[in-house]
Amino acid sequence: MDHAPAERISLVDLLDRVLAGGVVVTGDITLSVADVDLVTISLRALLASVSALAGPAAPTGGADDSAHQVPARRG
Amino acid sequence: MTDRQGVWTYAITDYSGGELPPLTGVAGTKVRTATAAGLTVLVSDVALAEFGEVALRRNLENLAWLEEVARAHHQVIEAAARLFPVLPARLATIYSSDAAMAAVLGARAGHVHAALRRVGGRVEWGVKVYAAPEDDRREPVPASMAGGEGAGRGTGRGEGAGLAYLKRRRAQLTAARESRSSALAAAQAVHSRLSRHAAQARLYPPQSAQLSGTRTPMLLNAAYLLEANGGSGFTSAVADAAAAHPELRLELTGPWPPYSFTGDDS
Repeated sequence: MDHAPAERISLVDLLDRVLAGGVVVTGDITLSVADVDLVTISLRALLASVSALAGPAAPTGGADDSAHQVPARRG
Repeated sequence: MTDRQGVWTYAITDYSGGELPPLTGVAGTKVRTATAAGLTVLVSDVALAEFGEVALRRNLENLAWLEEVARAHHQVIEAAARLFPVLPARLATIYSSDAAMAAVLGARAGHVHAALRRVGGRVEWGVKVYAAPEDDRREPVPASMAGGEGAGRGTGRGEGAGLAYLKRRRAQLTAARESRSSALAAAQAVHSRLSRHAAQARLYPPQSAQLSGTRTPMLLNAAYLLEANGGSGFTSAVADAAAAHPELRLELTGPWPPYSFTGDDS
């Protein structure tokens, strides 16, 4: 199966993974135990930008491009 | 004088052979490798003026900055994952030096080695399930309205139009509630079905409609860990599930590097 180029991946899907997934080997500079804060911060940023866009377009710059619609099979 | 720098972490591998192709990381930095506790770590040197704790906290509030960094982080991980098994690092794992990283990683080496064994040769697929838009499916007719009594028209047996309206509205709300709870149950059934194909599964909170940009609510936001060469079996299973549940809309994303299966659920 073809892989969508990285630019086309939905930002929301990517943030799910890079902020809530990934191995946690806490850096000594990172917002140490602030994993939850990171997610909160990012979602707040997203929401702010979504309402700022105030348009019908996908808020994440191509949210649907990388998501393969799964057609219902006939029969 | 050079600016103070920190060490940004992309991914960890126990693969030691072979040269890393040139890769560009966050903020245009050059990706290099560092070693610690028998592990190879893909890192790059970032300016603390941009990535230090204070600056980072501010920059993460900036969506454009966050997006650029998240995509750059992902591109390095994805390129590396094509070459050898990797454990992606969570975004914004930054150390003051290679030595500081080695110390922290050393203490977690057992966990990291075990996680690498678990994800080796495997990839992640994402499945998001939404309720299908109303106009894409038949509206269930509530039993109380199916009996040709003309209940919807407010003309029956001297009932006022207002009462008929209220009855009709109540029936609609009940139907909507029942339809949502049966869609949720169906989404759960899809999840159980897909989980049987996967070595592991993980649920993320459903994305809000505002974030996902869809008209209907997301019912399931799941990730599945699958054999890298077993992708077509899984995609057919997803297509079969979509066919079995016309009341749902399924979206498949991937394959992803195994972000969701590093054993650090939180």
